[in-house]
Amino acid sequence: MRARVMSLFAALLLTVMLVPGAAAAGPGLSSSPPTATVHAVVPSQDDAAESTAAPDEGEEAAQSLRGSIRGPDRKPIAGLTVTVTQGGTEIGSTTTDDKGQWQVPLEKPGTYAVSIDPAALPEGVVPRAEGGETVEGVVVRPGANQGVIFQLAGDAGGEGGPAAPSGPSFADRFIQLTVEGIKFGAIIAITAVGLSLVFGTTRLINFAHGEYVTFGAIMAFFLSVTPWGLPLWLAALLALGLTALLAGGIELAVWRPMRRKSAGLIQQFIVAIGLALVIRHILLVFFGSRRRQYDEYNLQQSMDLGLFRITPRDLIVTIIAFVLMGLVAFMLQRTRVGKAMRAVNDNVDLAAASGIDVERVIMIVWLLGGALAGIGGVFFGLTQAVYPEMGFQLLLLMFAAVILGGLGSAYGAMVGALAIGLVSQLSTLWFPASLQNMWALLVMILVLLVRPQGFFGRRERVG
Amino acid sequence: MDLMAILSNALRGALGPEAAIYALAAVGLNLHFGYTGLLNFGHVGFMLVGAYGTAVPVIAWGMPLWVGILIGIACAVVLALLLGIPTLRLRGDYLAIATIAAGEVLRYLYRSEWAEPLTGGVFGITQFANGFYAFNPYSGPLDLGPLDFSRNALWVMTVGWGAALLAALLVALLIHSPWGRVLRSVREDEMAARSLGKNVFVYKMQSLVLGGVMGALAGSLLAINTQALSPDVFMPILTFYLWTIVILGGASRVMGPILGSVVFWFLLTSLDSLLRQAISGGVIPSSLLDSSDVGAIRFAAVGLGLMLLMLFRPAGLLGNQKELRLDVR
Repeated sequence: MRARVMSLFAALLLTVMLVPGAAAAGPGLSSSPPTATVHAVVPSQDDAAESTAAPDEGEEAAQSLRGSIRGPDRKPIAGLTVTVTQGGTEIGSTTTDDKGQWQVPLEKPGTYAVSIDPAALPEGVVPRAEGGETVEGVVVRPGANQGVIFQLAGDAGGEGGPAAPSGPSFADRFIQLTVEGIKFGAIIAITAVGLSLVFGTTRLINFAHGEYVTFGAIMAFFLSVTPWGLPLWLAALLALGLTALLAGGIELAVWRPMRRKSAGLIQQFIVAIGLALVIRHILLVFFGSRRRQYDEYNLQQSMDLGLFRITPRDLIVTIIAFVLMGLVAFMLQRTRVGKAMRAVNDNVDLAAASGIDVERVIMIVWLLGGALAGIGGVFFGLTQAVYPEMGFQLLLLMFAAVILGGLGSAYGAMVGALAIGLVSQLSTLWFPASLQNMWALLVMILVLLVRPQGFFGRRERVG
Repeated sequence: MDLMAILSNALRGALGPEAAIYALAAVGLNLHFGYTGLLNFGHVGFMLVGAYGTAVPVIAWGMPLWVGILIGIACAVVLALLLGIPTLRLRGDYLAIATIAAGEVLRYLYRSEWAEPLTGGVFGITQFANGFYAFNPYSGPLDLGPLDFSRNALWVMTVGWGAALLAALLVALLIHSPWGRVLRSVREDEMAARSLGKNVFVYKMQSLVLGGVMGALAGSLLAINTQALSPDVFMPILTFYLWTIVILGGASRVMGPILGSVVFWFLLTSLDSLLRQAISGGVIPSSLLDSSDVGAIRFAAVGLGLMLLMLFRPAGLLGNQKELRLDVR
């Protein structure tokens, strides 16, 4: 009987997540895949890595080079001459149209160089890097409409003219990236705490934790657009509640019955992987695979705080994340339920023997972990973007954080997360931005090599 | 609804090149998980190095394809050693996290700007396996009415199923040797094996290398089959497919992965074409589901299948419930 009630609850939860999805499915599903047109915009500080040019594999044999050129203010630059050369000989040239777009048809695939005339650029716009007016070694595959990106930047205040090396000094970038790392780390931290607490109390590595994050972000997204159109702060609070309910419902429907049957940990681990796949792809059906932004707080001018620049949105997100971490720490140290959590974490049998209702504590841990994951998802969506894969990407970083800090230790997860955030951001000082997650994961593997229990883990046998 | 079409699609899926390739990789994973108890969630990493090891030497250095395949195998051995040394001494769940991370690290690395001169980065590389198809003994496509395979698919299938069966035979021979008995004792109780003076680490490592090589061969075939290679083929979800196959067929059963792959692909392709037909035939209104969602539903179905299998029949189709105690020590 009890099990039946539980499955009913799970079904209800499912409907909770389906209803807002179905309502927004109309516009979402008809979205076409991102087009391959390339904007030669200059990325403002933070999204330099985003401007990848995807080749547009056409069926016809003719290939071309193309792109669209826009200034730092995102306004198209018209009437600019673009020249395509191969081995020093000119193959073709064209001028950009009103929308800043250009296209040069090519007879043969091969490697080309594309250049613009820097002198013809509007006042105050210069190539981002020295020599950036020419893009060398553009490989055009048969039949491809290959996009070319020119990185342009505003000529900062006109001092020194275009010849002055653009870009801030190493120390400035270091400080800026440290701030970015702390921001990113704080978001990982509030999601990783739940993962670590769940592991501490149940020994389950919850593979679906990343999907709770995605769930929170997507729920907030659906609640903040039509037909609800709630303000984002309210949507975020509701998403937090819904994610906690999801985590609690799954505990009742899946994990508690499994523990009753004393299922093995590997068995639970694999079930968690299956669960993660199910949630992620149901969300994918309703949300679509596109990256989307929340409507509010989307474009903000960053404030100059002397040493570094940060948008008000990011600053507030970081502060709230730290406040939440403080609250979790306070709860663990000072409140009855927090002490009970630490007791269960230490030794389940002893905790049960001393009168702690272990199942209740585990339930509270799930609700707490779910709530933190949900709000973490909204924060991640705010600072980056909302997309169905976000949780899984974050999950690997959470694992890295949790292992760095020590599996099961809530404080360890926080410290580990900040370290992982810093590693991933600071690595871009020297290495390509697309590899930033790789460094975080490599750090984790290294830590496993030298200190498998992590910074704060108990010295137990882990092998 | 055309049931015949669904059935023939499903049969083509169950016997086709992908099923053969997944079976081969799953035999390797079965050696890891089924016989040694290693929670390897980065099997896709072995497939990735195998595939790129095969393709890069052909394209970048103009070597013959068979040299490429050997290089792919060598890469897998190196990867197994690199991965095993830090992680094989750890408890099972740590190994799972470390391996899944390693698979992702490799994917990031192979698609990065650094590797682009060799791997083609996100664009990938194509047309490297002509050396394989030059040996194609089939003169034309096979057409058995509802079931048909192209000439190239037939050749990949022959090699793929042949390799999968050979790998399964090798596993069968090894498992019934003294070496295999030690391996299974490591799975059952690592402490007991250690107390009998067996070097558990070395046995685990040998298993990791051997299974990894099978994964690399499967990766080579995967690359050869499509003649196109891009790092994003090797997403972690591929590993979860393999796990589903191993558990569906029955872990620690020699023929488990092969049967698992056939059944898995049969179910997956029939679900796929059933959904597509239902959508195009208007049985499922297009406001509810679009044909572009079928892929996502497919993944969700794999996840659900994995969950239900693990909950209700962890031993799979062939497995022996008693032999496989799924627990972390």
